[in-house]
Amino acid sequence: MDCMTYKFSIDVDRCKGCGLCVSVCPKKVLEISDKVNKKGYFPVRQAHPEDCNFCGACYLMCPDVAISITETAEDDREQE
Amino acid sequence: MGRIFRKPEVMTDEPTHYCPGCTHGLIHRLVAEVIDELGIRGRTVGIAPVGCAVFIYNYISVDFQESAHGRAPAMATGIKRVRPDLIVFTYQGDGDLASIGIAEIIHAANRGEKFTTIFVNNAVYGMTGGQMAPTTMPGQRTTTSPFGRKVEEVGMPIKIAELLSTIETPGYITRQTVIKPKYIVQAKKAIKKAFKYQMEGRCFSLVEVVSICPTNWGLTPVEAVKWAEETMLSYYKLGDCKTPDSHKGV
Repeated sequence: MDCMTYKFSIDVDRCKGCGLCVSVCPKKVLEISDKVNKKGYFPVRQAHPEDCNFCGACYLMCPDVAISITETAEDDREQE
Repeated sequence: MGRIFRKPEVMTDEPTHYCPGCTHGLIHRLVAEVIDELGIRGRTVGIAPVGCAVFIYNYISVDFQESAHGRAPAMATGIKRVRPDLIVFTYQGDGDLASIGIAEIIHAANRGEKFTTIFVNNAVYGMTGGQMAPTTMPGQRTTTSPFGRKVEEVGMPIKIAELLSTIETPGYITRQTVIKPKYIVQAKKAIKKAFKYQMEGRCFSLVEVVSICPTNWGLTPVEAVKWAEETMLSYYKLGDCKTPDSHKGV
């Protein structure tokens, strides 16, 4: 097995804070943030990132494609 | 590994104009993923409907043609007959397909036109402000049925998938939903199958997607999912209604 890690990222300005991802997360990682984004919505944020097992349920449920889970090699931590 | 979840390439960076929790964006993503996976981006033509998804051409970067209300199947027929090498799909809502355009879709299915229809059923006219649609559930409050849909006055909701599967012409008619991750996986498989039938030149295909409209239902997105699961899924049964192999319908 090679050294791969997963990177979870939320495009804050795409998020409309509908909360569907929060409702489907099996590990209760996500919550609605109390900071407003550019469009005036309260976006989602990872409250407990250490619990995330990168199952992708939130990506599947997100209607605005704001969540992405990508693979990054240990030595290649490029930012999106 | 292959557990990578990111925006499909064919989707543009533009944020959608949909209300928070609207599953249109999700269904756009499923269509975009299928287009990416089948590698048909260069030869796909979509027919945009009239309804909330009218700006779909801003979000999926394939060629699009805007059609008059309900007439997307007629336009798709024209494009597909002139250019059979193209992959043509229409994306329609329930006010568009089940009400104004019901004649077009029935005749397109009956002629066995080789295009794919994505039919989004959210039980309400979304864009025009939440009026009652042919697919509105009995007792459901809308702006034109403020005391709930009265079955004795306007009848029961139309089950488009079952209706179209009574047609003898071979076709692929299925009903899916996108309100839970497990259903989303199945819905994507169905959309892919529908596109594949078209690529093989086999038959007309229609994927009905039961979805939610939190704004016009007056619920939060999470409540809307619960309502759809409890109310709509017991009436709109999920699954394949007709496949080209099983010539006879339900």
